[in-house]
Amino acid sequence: MSTSAMFFYGLAASVLITALLSVTSRNIFRSAIFLLFSLVSIAGIYFWMDYQFIAAVQTIVYVGGIVVLIIFSIFLTQQAGVDLPAPLRSRTLFAALAAISGFLLVGMQLLAHPFTQGTDAVLSKDMKAVGNGLLSTAENGYALPFELVSILLLASMIGCIVIALKPNTIQE
Amino acid sequence: MNEVPLSHFLLLSTALFFIGIFGFLSRRNLVTILMSVELILNSVNINFIAFNEYLWPGKMDGLYFTLFIIAIAAAEAAVAIAIIIHLYRHYRSIDAEDTDILRF
Repeated sequence: MSTSAMFFYGLAASVLITALLSVTSRNIFRSAIFLLFSLVSIAGIYFWMDYQFIAAVQTIVYVGGIVVLIIFSIFLTQQAGVDLPAPLRSRTLFAALAAISGFLLVGMQLLAHPFTQGTDAVLSKDMKAVGNGLLSTAENGYALPFELVSILLLASMIGCIVIALKPNTIQE
Repeated sequence: MNEVPLSHFLLLSTALFFIGIFGFLSRRNLVTILMSVELILNSVNINFIAFNEYLWPGKMDGLYFTLFIIAIAAAEAAVAIAIIIHLYRHYRSIDAEDTDILRF
């Protein structure tokens, strides 16, 4: 096994172990930090595959945005240092059963399916090509979804402000 | 790059997806349920990137789908946290067992 492949398997193991710790840890703050490490390792996998733009977006949006938002909401809604109540044992058991059987089912299908390797010429995924494709209006351009996403972000921003307003300030 | 077969990427994303499903089903706190949803969305992103790299190396559609999924996931997380904070004001708790009224 070459060094490059070992990097991939190390990153994959780190993604899975920290994700598992993140969904099982009883301390909610620790759980958020494990989620952060899992997301950073996924960004590492994107870097390993030479998708620098996606890796940068993953780092900025998830690690810099969503995890910080989650940590803020933990500070607003939890008493610091108090462990979560234990999950119901029967529910944990059935959730584990569902997850393991689902993983086995999908995994066996994956290993049995022959994927045909793509044969067309490898396209460079550098920033310039990504940006030109994202804003192009020609065929295979993504200008319309780009604009739609900006409308969605505006709508969700207004929605968040309306939902999180203090209830007595609405009547004034 | 080519020493790792596509199926290993797919197994990684499947495992991550079902870890997220496990957290989603077993957790009681709404913030931790939101974290599990983020793990599920990330596993889908790994799938898109791996398919783009291995099956259609001459296109960039998987890359753009991943970008849009990340943008929508950010919007979803913000709305979910606004709802969680609003629920906390009403119930003084964000345990999924306590919030059983479809109102407010």
